[in-house]
Amino acid sequence: MTSAQIEIQLIASLVAVACAIPGVFLVLRKMALISDAISHAILPGIVVGFFITHDLSSPLLIILAAFTGILTVFLVEFIQKTGLVKEDTAIGLIFPALFSIGVILIAQNANDVHLDIDAVLLGELAFAPFDRLELFGMDVGPKSLWVIGTILMITLSLLIAFFKELKVSTFDVGLASALGFSPVLLHYGLMTVASITTVGAFDAVGAILVVALTIAPAATAYLLTKDLKKMLFLSVVIGVFSAISGYWLAHVLDASIAGSIASVLGVVFLIVFLFAPSTGMISVAYKQQRQKIEVLLLTFLLHLKNHTEHKERHVNHLGEHINWKRSQAKSVLELALKNNMIVIDSQVVSLTEKGNVFTENAINYITDHSEEAIEEMKKEFFLFRG
Amino acid sequence: MLGSFAVLRKQSLLGDAISHAALPGIAVAFLITGAKDSNTLLLGALISGLLGAFWIRSIITKTHLKSDTALGLILSLFFGVGMLLLTFIQKQPNANQAGLDKYLFGQAATLLERDVWFMAIVTGVCLVTLLLFWKEFKLLLFDADYTKTLGFNIKFLDILITSFIVVAIILGLQTVGVVLMSAMLLAPAAAARQWTNSLAIMVGLAATFGAFSGIIGTGISASYPNLSTGPVIVLVASVFVLVSFVFSPSRGLLFKEIRFRKNRNDLKLHKTLSFMYDIAKTHDDIGHPHAIKILNNFHGYTKKSLHKLEEENLIILKGGNWSLTEEGFFKAKNLYNQHIDAND
Repeated sequence: MTSAQIEIQLIASLVAVACAIPGVFLVLRKMALISDAISHAILPGIVVGFFITHDLSSPLLIILAAFTGILTVFLVEFIQKTGLVKEDTAIGLIFPALFSIGVILIAQNANDVHLDIDAVLLGELAFAPFDRLELFGMDVGPKSLWVIGTILMITLSLLIAFFKELKVSTFDVGLASALGFSPVLLHYGLMTVASITTVGAFDAVGAILVVALTIAPAATAYLLTKDLKKMLFLSVVIGVFSAISGYWLAHVLDASIAGSIASVLGVVFLIVFLFAPSTGMISVAYKQQRQKIEVLLLTFLLHLKNHTEHKERHVNHLGEHINWKRSQAKSVLELALKNNMIVIDSQVVSLTEKGNVFTENAINYITDHSEEAIEEMKKEFFLFRG
Repeated sequence: MLGSFAVLRKQSLLGDAISHAALPGIAVAFLITGAKDSNTLLLGALISGLLGAFWIRSIITKTHLKSDTALGLILSLFFGVGMLLLTFIQKQPNANQAGLDKYLFGQAATLLERDVWFMAIVTGVCLVTLLLFWKEFKLLLFDADYTKTLGFNIKFLDILITSFIVVAIILGLQTVGVVLMSAMLLAPAAAARQWTNSLAIMVGLAATFGAFSGIIGTGISASYPNLSTGPVIVLVASVFVLVSFVFSPSRGLLFKEIRFRKNRNDLKLHKTLSFMYDIAKTHDDIGHPHAIKILNNFHGYTKKSLHKLEEENLIILKGGNWSLTEEGFFKAKNLYNQHIDAND
């Protein structure tokens, strides 16, 4: 690895961490799309900043861009408060308008300078190491490394300082204001951090990757855990992992680094989406299937309890009476047998003692409408689940 | 037009997500065919757009992630994959690849006559289907459960609507580009929403607003140099929205503020009046004059409000004194029973 490679990976990882932290809160607060809006809407800020300074690397640019970001948030909030449209519509209205202004400003005034939409939106991580910061005549590393590092330090210290407040205000706004924290202040604080992170990061990696790094790790982590601290930690890990493996993917394919980092994020999310232990598609499908069979079993047991005559309890009768498919009936019968709920004596099904007690309890719970209790009861009675 | 449905279904930003999600489709279509034929590219965009839309749906329904997260996720991830593929294509030894990304930023000026016809046909198909399924769509929009109990196939309708939105977006992409597409979908609908509560009128209005912002935007951008069409159209549409927000008679901010002020003034007048009543009823003579000085701001008193009361013949002002008229006394007496009326 050359030093440039190490630097790129370092920058990418730092960006990943810096984005992941506000990202978690944005996802939890259902404001994930704000990051998208900010990343597009800061364009006019950057353009205006460029006109003033004529220098793409001036700090004024970042400040103005961050300011535009906050302005976006403010406008979105304002439109939303009027109650005329929903929040997502408000976002969708504001940022294209601001973006259009940016595009028009560029087209009108900056045709001859190097400032075009592609460069602003897509970013190119591979060039980051060439834009170096010199301090006292010494080369201290790539500029974006310092920018991102500073932003990350600020974000981290704010996170540690206000963790409790953020947590409370994210999950229970009412409680937060009752306890005397100002949710509005925290909201704008978070938005400012998100805005600054977006601006600082997108100089290095481009707008789309910022959005991807903000939302994807947080969303993936949210599927895996419901503990805020674990979620923060996981999203940081996922972000850094994707950043580094994305870099190597890009290296192999000789393609855009930002694109491949986003692709890795996508693959990670897809895997988690399908296979996550409690929320993944597969486990959900499995659980639903199990639930279905267990409900059928319960129906079946109730049926048995209601009928004493042999005809109604004959194995072949199930098909006609409860209208089950053959395979379904078979799996229900097997489950009941395995759990010692029924005995089959010369093709006639009868409840065992245990089955009787279970059914009685179930009836009680069902008539009480305390359906959650049935889950508990299943744990108690079932040796095998469906 | 379809935007109306998106807005009402709280899927406003779907447009944004889909337009980004189309990129990998374009890239893959190009990789497979190796040609820049606009039809295959559109097909690719359509497929990946649909894929994105349905993945979003499944994320929302199957997990506890919210729609905004799902949208942002799909948007950025698909776009990232698309970028990866695009840069990959750029390194391929194929001279044809230039200008693929132009697709995304949109250039209305580059449209060929054929494309326009194609768009017109698709728009026509959308319109006819919309009319055919009007009743069903309307129901689904406002009460999905009820629709289900009536025996309509919700899934089919849902997929139909989503597909149409995706088709509209993909076609629009060529004209205004990725970022601005969402505005084209949203802005006319959001503007139309302010003027009416009826779905039919809203859809019609949205179509009109959309068409007008297209025409005006193109006109403006053609008459000045260096002005790209897409952003101008979007800005015109935004102006429509702004105007609607402020001036719409029933929901607009302006009239709301006016109503609000009017109500507040009415309430203040009533407050003053009821205070006067409390004083006056302790006297035998209703018209007994009292000093204005005993009224203060706390009782909703201002000079203007006193004059207003006098204009309405509820009180008589004489020198530094006021006295209730017969009419004013009765009005004040009945005030408490009529508080509901007082608010309108």
